[in-house]
This record gives sequence, C-alpha cells and structure tokens, in this order.
Amino acid sequence: MAVKSNLTNMVLVLGLTCLLCSAVLGGAYVLTKEPIDKAAAEKTNRAISQVLPHFTEVEYNEADHYYKATDGDQLVGYAIESTVVGFGGPLSLIVGVTPDGVVYNTSVLSHAETPGLGAKCTTDEKFMGQWKGFNPSIKKLSVKKDGGDVDAITASTITSRAYTQAVENALNVFNKLEGGQDNE
Amino acid sequence: MSKFKLLTDGLVKNNPTFVLLLGMCPTLATTTSAINGLSMGLATLFVLVLSNMAISAIAPVVPDKVHIPVYIVVIATFVTLLQFLMQAYTPAMYETLGLFIPLIVVNCIVLGRAEAFANKHGVGESALDGIGVGLGFTCSLTVLGLVREILGSGSAFGYNFIGGHDGMLAFVMAPGAFLCLGYLMVLFNKYLKKN
Repeated sequence: MAVKSNLTNMVLVLGLTCLLCSAVLGGAYVLTKEPIDKAAAEKTNRAISQVLPHFTEVEYNEADHYYKATDGDQLVGYAIESTVVGFGGPLSLIVGVTPDGVVYNTSVLSHAETPGLGAKCTTDEKFMGQWKGFNPSIKKLSVKKDGGDVDAITASTITSRAYTQAVENALNVFNKLEGGQDNE
Repeated sequence: MSKFKLLTDGLVKNNPTFVLLLGMCPTLATTTSAINGLSMGLATLFVLVLSNMAISAIAPVVPDKVHIPVYIVVIATFVTLLQFLMQAYTPAMYETLGLFIPLIVVNCIVLGRAEAFANKHGVGESALDGIGVGLGFTCSLTVLGLVREILGSGSAFGYNFIGGHDGMLAFVMAPGAFLCLGYLMVLFNKYLKKN
C-alpha cells in the first residue's frame, strides 16, 4: 500500500509536507492576526473599565506595566498590572487605584488556581467586594490570619495571600508614581 | 462496512474514552465542567476530521519510513490552525482550555485513527470515521464533565441549582476525575456495549 522508501522520496515528501503546512499556517496567521489583536485589546479595555471609574483615554507604560487613565485633562487613576506566584502558578491582577491612593477595584487577568478553591478569587463576591474602596492608610493589607484586615477565601489562604501581595505590589508602583510626581 | 456503522462505531463500540481508553490526559484534566468537556471534545473533533481526511488523501504517496513524521506535521498544522481560530473568535474558551489545545497534537486518538483507519481508507470514509470517533469523544467528555460539575459544583452547564453552597470539591479535582471516569466506564460497558 505505502510507497517503498528511498532517500529521494523520503526527503521530497517530508520537505513538501513541511513547506505546504508552513504556507497554510503563515496564511492563517496573517488572516487571524487582526481579530486576535482586537480580542486582546478588548479584553484589556474591559479589564480597565472594570477597575476604574469612567475614563476616555488610556496610556500604557511598558516599563512599570500600568495604564494611566484620563477623562479629558483630569487624571482618573491608574490601572496597574501585577503578577505574583499563587498556589498553582502565576496569578495576574489588574488593580485600579484612584489619585487619592484608594483601591477602586481589582480584577483577575489570568490565574492557575485550583478549581473550586483558589479559583474562587474570580467569583467569590465577598472576597472580591472587599477590594472596592480598600483604603491602605486605614486598613492593614494582609489576610486576617496574619493579623491584617483582608478576609481570606475559605480554605484558600495561599491564594488570598498571593492576591493581597499582588495588590500591595500594585500600590507600591502607585506610590512610586505619585512620589515621582511630587518631585516635579 | 456501511456508512452508518462507521459513525456509530466511534460512538459506542470504539468509544475512545470508555472502551479504548485513549486520550486520558485531556479527558481527566479538562472535564471540570460540562461546557469545558464539550468544548474540548469539539476541538478534538475538528482536528480529527480534518487530519483524517488529509492523511487519507496523502497516504498513498507517503514513503513508509517517514509516515509518522509526515502525519504529525499534518496534525500539528490543523491544531495550530484551530489555536489561531479559537484565539481570534472564542478567546474566553481558549483561555479556559489553554495548554490542552496544543496538546491535541499528541493526543493518541488523532494519530491512532490516522494509523489504524485513515491511511487504509478513502477520504469520505475517513471523514465519517473522524466524525464518529470525534462525537464519541465529545459525548464522553460532556457526560464526564456534567457528572463532575453536578457533584463538584452543584451546577449543570453553568446553571447553579444548590444556590451559594459548595459542592463536593473532590469531584472537581483530579481524584474525582478518576472516580467518575471509573464508575462511568463500568456503567457504559455494562449497559451500552453489547458484544
């Protein structure tokens, strides 16, 4: 049934197959590039509008991974990306901070936490809700088990700690930004 | 072999999950909910049908000694194609299934059908075989996902019916996957698979 192998036909068939397949994939890549970029941009925009009040323009800072959101001339706040190691892998958050240093809201960009346990950090309303208007100058930014003011997700202390750490990192970026501006 | 039998063989007699026990890795890992199982099944169905057709078309000219590398290249092409399409049009689903989409390349169901069926049959028959086996895989994964979702999260297809409470979490995690798979396999072989 199959053709008897010799060097010429082996090289020829394998080479042609690879050539044809890479041509198909190259074409598919060009065709889908635009929708893929659009989907990614939409996702980021949705995430930012979830964690900040109404804004009209955003500007991305690549060095510190934050978006500066403005409404006309007025600064609305910063949406800061923050990645830490969670229980199951990287936990990526976007944290919205208003100019007064208060957390407006947080949202998970990607995570690898255990379904049904740590993964609740994307659905548990009690846990998510406590970040709305979280003021780090009044409340202590660590989970209750460690003597702070953050309610951990039941049975997912490690995820909750990581989440808290990510918010803290984001606030540090914010403080650096604001500190830098005062010197101007 | 009748066309109808080609389709139903993959569903029951050669059911990839419950009878042949192929492709266990995505089966156990992605069936945390019915929707996830269903999408993983459909993704595999897509690759299976196209690769079966392509391989049955090129099989007569492929030299024996390089047939495995050629098949793998063909399969990997369709998987990458699927990856681009999912990223572009169903980004949320792409994120949920994540790593398991590229891993379809090494799913033994796909290469298994290419070796055992597609390279000996015509394009039409191979397409039917791909649909049959793909549907068998999709149904098995959906049922397994549904059972685990009902027991583990108290919901079905995302619709929660125990209100706010937690389900039995073990069923969402790996041990529950093995348990459910084992019991479903027993039931399947007792009632559906007639010798």
